[in-house]
Amino acid sequence: MSDRPRGIGFYGLALFFALFVLFLYGPTLTILVLSFQGPEGGLTFPMNGVSTHWFAKLWEGAGVVDIWAALARSLRLGLAVMLLTVVIAFFAGLAFRKHFRGEGGLFVLAIASLIVPSIVVSLGIGLEFRLIDEAINAMASATGWEWLQDHGTLMGLSTSALGAHLTWTLPFGLLIMFAVFNRFDPAYEEAARDLGASGAQTLRHAVVPILAPSLVGVALFGFTLSFDELARTSQAIGGRNTLPLELQGLTTTVTTPEIYALGTLTTGMSLVVIASALCAVLWLQRRRARRGLLA
Amino acid sequence: MTELVLPTSAAASNEAAEKKPATASRRRNGLAYWQAAPMAFVFLVFLVVPLVLTVVVSFWQYNEYEIIPAFTLQNYADVFEGCLSLSEPCTTVRTYLSTLKFCLLAWLFTLGIGFTVAYFLAFQIRSRTTQMVLFLICTIPFWTSNVIRMISWMPLLGRNGLVNETLQRMGLISKPIEGLLYSDFSVVLACVHLYTVFMIVPIFNSMARIDRSLIEAAYDAGATGWQTLRNVVIPLCKPGIAIGSIFVITLVMGDFVTVGVMGGQQIASVGKVIQVQMSYLQFPMAAANAVVLLGAVMLMILALGRVIDLRKEL
Repeated sequence: MSDRPRGIGFYGLALFFALFVLFLYGPTLTILVLSFQGPEGGLTFPMNGVSTHWFAKLWEGAGVVDIWAALARSLRLGLAVMLLTVVIAFFAGLAFRKHFRGEGGLFVLAIASLIVPSIVVSLGIGLEFRLIDEAINAMASATGWEWLQDHGTLMGLSTSALGAHLTWTLPFGLLIMFAVFNRFDPAYEEAARDLGASGAQTLRHAVVPILAPSLVGVALFGFTLSFDELARTSQAIGGRNTLPLELQGLTTTVTTPEIYALGTLTTGMSLVVIASALCAVLWLQRRRARRGLLA
Repeated sequence: MTELVLPTSAAASNEAAEKKPATASRRRNGLAYWQAAPMAFVFLVFLVVPLVLTVVVSFWQYNEYEIIPAFTLQNYADVFEGCLSLSEPCTTVRTYLSTLKFCLLAWLFTLGIGFTVAYFLAFQIRSRTTQMVLFLICTIPFWTSNVIRMISWMPLLGRNGLVNETLQRMGLISKPIEGLLYSDFSVVLACVHLYTVFMIVPIFNSMARIDRSLIEAAYDAGATGWQTLRNVVIPLCKPGIAIGSIFVITLVMGDFVTVGVMGGQQIASVGKVIQVQMSYLQFPMAAANAVVLLGAVMLMILALGRVIDLRKEL
């Protein structure tokens, strides 16, 4: 097929692809440009001068909500979700490779977690934590135990929200680990074992270094999906919102280019994360190639 | 006697030989349980229990202050109130019809665009590096914020937005088109914008696995490009199409963020109904709606599942 000359079909499809990329990136580029709107400028074109006025205003804080606290919460949560996703998905991948009873059930759960509508998962987790709170309060009044009296809620960033995010990131992590282990040559493990490595040593010195680029990929999914997650968090967060939730609220209340500045900033952060992950993958692959490990 | 003894001793020695690997594999199996346990724990606590509780609470009573653990069918009766009359559809039916309309439109467009883009990447790009770079270009927005990507349509679609300004300057329209933003149109547009990647990735994956000699064979047998596409490529892409479709359908069916932001909080959707009821603390009602939604989505997936064996394809 490759020796056939390019037909008219190719150019038609290439044009379609170019238009699709424009559709994909055009709007984001628009708000990137508009976030540098002059102080007198409005929400749309024309540009009224060029300035970093709206970034400065954002730095001082956007209206009533504390954007920077929300950002800090989102970053903390994203990092926690990233670490847990990598570790849990990696070990689950190992388990699935060895086969165990109930693996079919766990697989179905992972897929279900991916395709049950987010609002349903969110509502369920919200209900679960509310019922737990009620049970604790009932116990507090029934027993009169001092340490239970001030119980507020268990719902929060590191409990219900963390769990809600994991139901979204873990299935992706598991599917990536499946693909990775499919291509993984067990000969490396056997070689390590023949050289006298224990199970843990085999993992640490053979499996993890070989799989490192893919693990970075899982980490990228874990962090970015959590950092941008909104639907599953909405009913399971408790009092303190993450950045996407605050952003959703701001769409109706903020009527200045400040929101574009915020958009540019968030997208910029995501792009930095994506770029560093891709660079890490390339670097790890090159290092591996240099050391002669062509897995 | 010997005839009888021989087989048994052979079996015994066989057993002895198998014993060692059997214990080893049992130990490995035990380890596998420990390795899978954290994931099972997360899904149990944050998926299974919440779903079970949702079903349970959907049968509970409630008042303005609290939910009361006493059995009732009232919540379901409320969901389907007035739905038996055919002449005037009830709120639930109308909401589902509106959501299904978004679902169908988003599915058609994401499938058409996703398939075309995947086809271009898989069959028209010859260099592997170019292919990976273009594929990444398609997927990078997936890792950025959905809300921001919705907001970014506003300066384009607004009443005085870029689209209206441009059309007016070109003299094509005399006054701005209302309803580019905060309308059904903008909701579908945003869904296509956000979810096409869920079609591209699985379809591209299916296409990448197609043996290129099959395409050659079709050409050699005299098939035109269209015939090859229809009789070779599309049938072999079915799993990818089905997986992408499941993603898009479940994402749009349960959506309340896109409908909320792009519809100016004015358009109804099933997810939005649940969200509003949650904010009014009508949890049993929201739970009943969630159960109905889950049932509807499961039916749609089962219908798709009849087309292909999903388990085998993953």
